[in-house]
Parts: sequence; structure tokens; C-alpha cells
Amino acid sequence: MPEKSVQSREKVRYGVAVFPGSNCDYDTYRVISELDNRVNFVWHEERSLNNYDCIVLPGGFSYGDYLRTGAIARFSPLMQSLPDFLDRGGLVLGICNGFQILLEAGLLPGAMLQNKSLKFICRYVYLRVESNNSPFTRLFKKGQVIRMPIAHHAGNYYADENTIFEIENKKLVLLRYCDKEGSLTEESNPNGSLNNIAGITNLKGNVFGLMPHPERASSSLLGSEDGKLIFKSITSYIAERVRSF
Amino acid sequence: MKLKKARVYVTLKPTVLDPQGTTVAKALNHLGYHEVEGARVGKIIELHLSDQATRARVEEMAGKLLANPVIENFTVEMEE
Repeated sequence: MPEKSVQSREKVRYGVAVFPGSNCDYDTYRVISELDNRVNFVWHEERSLNNYDCIVLPGGFSYGDYLRTGAIARFSPLMQSLPDFLDRGGLVLGICNGFQILLEAGLLPGAMLQNKSLKFICRYVYLRVESNNSPFTRLFKKGQVIRMPIAHHAGNYYADENTIFEIENKKLVLLRYCDKEGSLTEESNPNGSLNNIAGITNLKGNVFGLMPHPERASSSLLGSEDGKLIFKSITSYIAERVRSF
Repeated sequence: MKLKKARVYVTLKPTVLDPQGTTVAKALNHLGYHEVEGARVGKIIELHLSDQATRARVEEMAGKLLANPVIENFTVEMEE
């Protein structure tokens, strides 16, 4: 992003991507907007992302999940523009289907398989924050147990042995499925994900994908506000960076 | 114009667990087919192509979109 415009504005600028079949875009927009950010929808055919600090790929069923989840959406013009956007200092958050798209695009390592149970699972889960050394989780405490809902059919995280080793070694796992006490048990792993992985970041730390829905856990009326802290983390990170220029 | 067909077989890599295949194998066991010791479920994508189509192009398509190299293998069968 050009530094000049960063200095001369106040609010952090989010873009919520809209693919054919996105269905969590409005919820995501609303939560981000309520947290006093500037937010716009970005149609998947958009190539210019100059006016954003963070692009959010929301949940849903882009292109009907045809072929594989995220397999077709990854070729959209917006997705093609993300590497440049990241090089210019942007952040990218992928939620659920957004995470699946990021994996298909190779912006995060690994792939999603169908849930071990072969069922669509829609319920609250407990998650352990594995690291707060990230723009996306900096306001959490390391080891904090939080609650967010999941809603997916293909959230069974897989990567080959070497990749898993690399991911663990470089501490790229930000969230893991756990029980109420924060223990990583097989019973608390809803979908069969390797190492209970629920959310990972990349080596540069500027991309985060997670299967749980923070936007559905951002109001006490809906049962949890834990998800808000992800958006607040992003905003605080970008705001601090802007001030330090 | 004469049409060509290609069949792209997409299968999960042997190292990837296939819960669908496991369920299919179990169901066959329940039906009395005790010789079934395992099953793997994949997919076939049949492409209808113009006569200029080449195997190399179809393999490119498979690598780029039809299969995910992280979890899947593919083979291409051309039919004149």
C-alpha cells in the first residue's frame, strides 16, 4: 500500500471478498464495520486492491464447492491479485471456505479433505490459541481457550509429513481444536484434522486461514464474542504500523 | 468436426486417508462381500474435445485444475 495514503487516513480499510456462492460476507462485513473500521465488499473480478489494508475471504460455497472446495474460486482475478497485495504489506484472512480457497491457491500449505465422519458439522468448538505472535492473534493470550462455531463438510486438514513437520517447526499453527480445558484430545477434534489443526498462518505471517467462524462469534447474543478479537487484532496491528511510519 | 474424448481419473494419494472408501468397504462387508479389504473412492472427469486436443494439454488441465497435487494423483486416458 502506498505510504502516503496510509498516513493521511484514520480507519483501517477492510475488503470483504464476494465470490458467487459466498454466504458469510454480510455477517463478516457487519462485524468489521461495528468495530469501527472502513469496510467494502470486493467483487471477485476486482483486480485493484490498492485501497485496502486487509482482504477477508469469507465463508460460503464459492462456485458450489464444485470439483473441490475453493478449487475454482482460486482462479478469480481477485485471487490472482493477492500475491501483489501481500507484497505491498496487506494482510489476508480466510475464514472457512476462504481458508479452503487459500489452500487451493497455495497461499497456505496443505489441503482440506472431507470430514472424517463424512458429515457436515455445524456446532461450537473449543480452540486453543497456540501463538499470539501474529497480526491475527496478537490480542489473545498464548494458550487461551476460546469458543467459536464451525460449519463445514471439508475441514479435515491434511498435509504430507514433511509439510506438517515444517508447519510445526516454524510454529505456523495459530489455532487447534481442544476440549474445554485446552487439552488436544481426539474427541475434541471435530473433523479429523492432523494435529488438531484449526487455523494456520504462512511463513511471512501475513496470511491466516481458519475453519471456525469468528464473525459468528462476535456477539454475546449469539453465544460468544471470542471471534471479535481476531478482527481487533488485525485492526490494532495495522493501526500501530500506520502510526509508526 | 470429429470429437475426441479424454478421461481424467483423479484418485487420492495412497498416503491420504479416504473415509469415504473406508465406509464403502465396510458397507460391502456388511452385504456379505468379506473378500473386500479396502476401497478407495476417486472420480472420473470426461472431457469432450475438439480434434486438435493433445494429451499434453489435457495433462496440463489436470495438473492445474482437475486434481490437487497435495492430495491427489491423476491419470489421463485419450480416446479417438
